Amino acid sequence: MRDLFTLSVLVTVLASGVRLATTYLLAALGETIGQRSGVLNLGVDGVMLLSAFGAYWTALETENLWLAALVGMLVGLLMGVVYAVITLVFRAEQGISGIGIYLFGLGFSDLLFEEIVGTPTPSARLPTLSVPLLADIPYVGEALFEHNLMTFLAFAMVPVIAFLLFRTTFGMNVRAVGENPEAADSLGVSVFWVRFRAILIGNAMAGLAGAALTLRLGNFQNNLTQGLGFIAVALVYFGAWRPRGVMLGALLYGIVGALVLQLKARQIIPLEASDLAAMAPAVLTIVALVVLAGRVEAPSALTQPFSRD
Amino acid sequence: MTDRANPPEADDRLEEGDQPVPLLEMRNITKRFPGVVANEDVSFDLHAGEVHTLLGENGAGKSTLMKVLFGLYRPDEGEIRLRGEPVEIASPTDAIEQRIGMVHQHFMLVPTLTVAENVALGLTSSRGPLTDLDAVSARMGEIADRYGLSVDPSVEVWKLSVGERQRVEIIKALYRDAEVLVLDEPTAVLTPQEVDDLFVVLRQMTEAGRGLVFISHKLREVMDLSDRITVLRNGRVTGSTVPAETSRQQLAEMMVGREVNLAPDKPPVDTGAARLVLRNVSVIGDRGTLAVNGVDLDVAGGEILGVAGVSGNGQRELAETVAGLRPAEAGSTVELDGTDITAANPATTRSAGLSYVPEERMRDGAIGEFEVRENLLLVNHRNRSFLRGGLFDNERIRQHCQRLVDAFAVKTPTLDTPTSSLSGGNIQKLIMARELDSDPTVLLAAQPTRGVDIGAAEYIHSQLIDLRGRGVAVLVISEDLDEVLALADRIAVMYEGRIVTVVDRADATREGLGLAMAGAASDAE
Repeated sequence: MRDLFTLSVLVTVLASGVRLATTYLLAALGETIGQRSGVLNLGVDGVMLLSAFGAYWTALETENLWLAALVGMLVGLLMGVVYAVITLVFRAEQGISGIGIYLFGLGFSDLLFEEIVGTPTPSARLPTLSVPLLADIPYVGEALFEHNLMTFLAFAMVPVIAFLLFRTTFGMNVRAVGENPEAADSLGVSVFWVRFRAILIGNAMAGLAGAALTLRLGNFQNNLTQGLGFIAVALVYFGAWRPRGVMLGALLYGIVGALVLQLKARQIIPLEASDLAAMAPAVLTIVALVVLAGRVEAPSALTQPFSRD
Repeated sequence: MTDRANPPEADDRLEEGDQPVPLLEMRNITKRFPGVVANEDVSFDLHAGEVHTLLGENGAGKSTLMKVLFGLYRPDEGEIRLRGEPVEIASPTDAIEQRIGMVHQHFMLVPTLTVAENVALGLTSSRGPLTDLDAVSARMGEIADRYGLSVDPSVEVWKLSVGERQRVEIIKALYRDAEVLVLDEPTAVLTPQEVDDLFVVLRQMTEAGRGLVFISHKLREVMDLSDRITVLRNGRVTGSTVPAETSRQQLAEMMVGREVNLAPDKPPVDTGAARLVLRNVSVIGDRGTLAVNGVDLDVAGGEILGVAGVSGNGQRELAETVAGLRPAEAGSTVELDGTDITAANPATTRSAGLSYVPEERMRDGAIGEFEVRENLLLVNHRNRSFLRGGLFDNERIRQHCQRLVDAFAVKTPTLDTPTSSLSGGNIQKLIMARELDSDPTVLLAAQPTRGVDIGAAEYIHSQLIDLRGRGVAVLVISEDLDEVLALADRIAVMYEGRIVTVVDRADATREGLGLAMAGAASDAE
């Protein structure tokens, strides 16, 4: 137990925490945009799975990581179009439709993997990059500035998404249709198209998150995400629909996850209890949501389909 | 087809010589919904610089006509002309482009956005994809100076008072340079003084050549503000007039289509001892702040106590606390005929003799999806006389409900009709029937006639006066000052959670009460 609290171990935990936070962050930032527009997507995990397979297969076939990431995003976009049609055109109940999307992604990604690839085959992986100078800072450098491109991108997206939401006309429209779509409509803002675009952005980012996951691991398997996308949805609540809050939540989850891994590796948690320890993020989610319940207000029109009458 | 349906071209030119072309003409508008004709052959016009009032009861078709004008509905028949030219208005965007503005009854504001963001919403930004809130704020300042409509552009709308929110709505329309401005029940949420202020702004707007469509059912205000009045009933125009040639009584009868009694008769009643006693009642509201602050009130048997005040000054919280739906703070006391019901739950307050007609009738008063029969049974559903062998005795229940429906003139096709398909007035009568059936000693009625047609309101008022005659203590909470003045024996005014004044009806003046409602004076005499 004592050697857990050495500086080098803590740096390792922090570094892998930041790495694990990447996937949560990309998916949750995208979902933040969607939810701000009033559309809840419980299918994030399914979108991530299908996108991850798309990215993995592209990486396997072409060894081109850029192309793989792009394919991941495109699969996400496509799923976004499907989800937008379901929720905006047919105005289906969002909670149930999202679960449908999840189950589709889970099953279809597994089917494709079994049919096309079959046995787990390692693919190309994202290389670790060091930020010049900053990476040389003792300890901190290793923890914060030696990561793959996706990690840097995910954290760079935090101010970008905040700017999009709070400084652009599109962001203002997103917040308006998520809060009072009737008001936006009465001023000539198209609730449909604003939500449509918000859903596409959210799903594209979920796709990118799936790509980031598979390209970090350099492999794919059935249910690769293990419910990570659901935690990303919870993180949007946790972060009170604000990009910075979402980032803090993602970091917290990443670090807790990294800590559990470290404790297992050092056998501080016995092997028999490791499944129990793997529940940590889920328990944390429930605790966080209970603590936060009622303290922050969700967008008023969240999950409410819009029509003029 | 009437003459106006197809005027010869020559007539138009003739009119142009005599009188300017109307700013707006809606000709022979018909709008049908499945099973109802909301507007039937309705014609309406508006000249620059005038206030033309659309008067009618709920469901008379005022809102439908204005939604047609604003591009929210497409008419089935008829045409709209602006400045003499026929126009197609297919969406709110078209309406705004045609310089038609609308201040909706339920504010169309996004509470989490700032005032400037609400104004800018839907407009093209001068900075391309980025917002240009500084420029918007600057132009808002010009409008504010010109019309005396100042609101801080950088504050979020949820922090504003109702009066300020309305100002934002008017600024939104002026910012888009609306020439035709529709105001749908704009005074419903204002104090009498705020109404006066609003009317000053509106007159400035007509002087600047804009045309206003004023929708209201408050006859006093209609007489005050209008240049012309058009009355709708059941989707049809029943008459047009000017204030100088009509009276409130006559307008009311045009709206309802029969004789109405605007001032109910109140026979004198000997008041008994205080039945409902509130001492130092304080209540925390939804926002976590003190919504009711040290309220003392007594209501005697045979008396109607009216609580006047602008919405949001603690009336709802006070009512909920008395009814046992919201906890009071320590030190508060609510007594009913000497029984302490301060911390009681609704079942206990009911058995103590309290009946409650809540403000939000579809949220707290009735269940929309339930049938009429089920809603009538709600309070009594545990009453053993309606049970047989532990199950509902439907035969008895039907008899009981039919008796209530007949006694209270609830218009419903059957006892099994879903309650939500009844009109607001009939739902309110249903709730009154249920609440009065238990022979209460105290009746608490919040906004008893809000959104209710004149006929039903008349009936509900007569029921309340009847209860008073039977020695019941009646506490009426209402935002409608005319209603309070018509019903109450004593009037209390609530402002920011406190009772700022209590006066006898005979000593009360509209002006004094209005000042108290705005928190200005503690003396309403």
